Amino acid sequence: MAQGPVVAQGPVVAQVPVAASVPVVAQGPVAASVPVVAQGPVAAQVTVAAPVLVVERPRNEGDETSPDPHGEVTVERVELSAELAGGEGRAATADVAAYALWLGDDALILSQQLGAWIARAPELEEDVALANIALDLLGHARSFLRYAGSYDGRTEDDLAYWRDEPEFRCAWLFQQPNGDFAQTIARQLAASVYLFELYTALQGSSDATLAAIAAKAVKEVEYHRDHAVQWTLRLAGGTDESRRRMIRAVGDVWPYVGELFRDEPLIDRLDDAAVRPSTLQPAFDAVIAAVFAEAELELPTGPMSSAGGRRGAHFPTLGFLLAEMQVLARQHPGATW
Amino acid sequence: MLRQAQPPVRADQQLVGAAQQPVGAAQQPVGTDDVARAWRAAASVSDPEIPVLTIEDLGVLRDVRVDGDGSGGARVTVTITPTYSGCPAMDAIRDDVVLALTAAGFDDVDVRLVLAPAWTTDWMTDAGKRKLVGYGIAPPTGRAGAGPIRLALSVRCPRCGSLDTRELARFGSTSCKALYECRACLEPFDHFKVH
Repeated sequence: MAQGPVVAQGPVVAQVPVAASVPVVAQGPVAASVPVVAQGPVAAQVTVAAPVLVVERPRNEGDETSPDPHGEVTVERVELSAELAGGEGRAATADVAAYALWLGDDALILSQQLGAWIARAPELEEDVALANIALDLLGHARSFLRYAGSYDGRTEDDLAYWRDEPEFRCAWLFQQPNGDFAQTIARQLAASVYLFELYTALQGSSDATLAAIAAKAVKEVEYHRDHAVQWTLRLAGGTDESRRRMIRAVGDVWPYVGELFRDEPLIDRLDDAAVRPSTLQPAFDAVIAAVFAEAELELPTGPMSSAGGRRGAHFPTLGFLLAEMQVLARQHPGATW
Repeated sequence: MLRQAQPPVRADQQLVGAAQQPVGAAQQPVGTDDVARAWRAAASVSDPEIPVLTIEDLGVLRDVRVDGDGSGGARVTVTITPTYSGCPAMDAIRDDVVLALTAAGFDDVDVRLVLAPAWTTDWMTDAGKRKLVGYGIAPPTGRAGAGPIRLALSVRCPRCGSLDTRELARFGSTSCKALYECRACLEPFDHFKVH
């Protein structure tokens, strides 16, 4: 069903080097958005990942009497977080909150990864494009995490910065390293085609808040999908080297696609609130088949990984990513910026 | 008694927004003057990224309600919606709305952020589109979600008016814009994407 827009795009995007007058345009808002994502690119240069792991958590985990998970965070931002995304004051149930964590963590981790491309992409337009995509994903993550936190009174920042690795629920696809540009594009292709189908279906969720977030997100993810499709076609149909790398990237990324469509027990308990992952696979396969046909790529046929992201068992990259993402919030609990 | 401000805008906005209008508790009667004044104050807030546009022009301002508290004071509830999910301007807009209403004499202001119905460039006012052109940004062309086939209309250069333009990059200086170039006058310019 989505074949129309996909194939229609073609490798149209301008490769043209941007005129010298343009860089100004690209700077401001992009940079402005980065602090929210939290320090990805910045921390990357500081290389202080290791100490993070021993930073003492300012709360006593066993202390059930403390209503505040990490000290005094009573800033305006938290008040804003308490506002709702469309559900008009309703808090998530335990199962819906668990499901919102899946979706929020997927978006958050992918956003953080893409942020690391800023100032390192092959061309200026790609810095801007990947930053814009990361920003959209961060918006989705904030909406989902805010809603997930409404179940037990945690804020989006609590969930992003104060959970440890086993408490995250992101799928392994989103944890795959950036690698070279082709690997990022292969990951973007699988991720955005999946997310487009997911959010399209989730608009019909019986949960009003999930449906509202999905309706907002699907328009943005469609644009991300176009971006990934165009780059897939360009890299696969470009030079011998770009094609070689694209083929390798698809082979590296594809074992982690299977996890996206696995029905976990949680889904059975959610009825119409969630989208059953396995139902998304036919549409996903159809779009990917059309793109691969045009790009003259072969679909990898190897076995799928037994990835366990939804259970909190993660790919080795996640711990390092979290260390970098969380270091500032944990070193300065309650700080605002 | 609760009164809704009537935004002086398009029928389509009213339709899509109607189902989502919040229903508040009945309060003391409030003068329509207050409602109109509160709307004007909120509508005067401009977008921090595109200061030539107000949040009313953008369609970001969704609703303004004024509830009396029975003691002469009034509680104002302003509803805004983000253009894009990750729009970093929302916090600034929210603060500016509070400031504008406080300056207009309303001390009790609540700003709500809603996602549904999802914002679309179809809500941008014609006045807003004209302001964008004057500011050097090509406004959205055509309508969002008009059908299964997306028509790419030519984007008119905001400087020389030529339709001989091309897309340089699909992503631009903010989430809502793409980068274009005019082949007639050779100037690059921002285009507010149809969304």
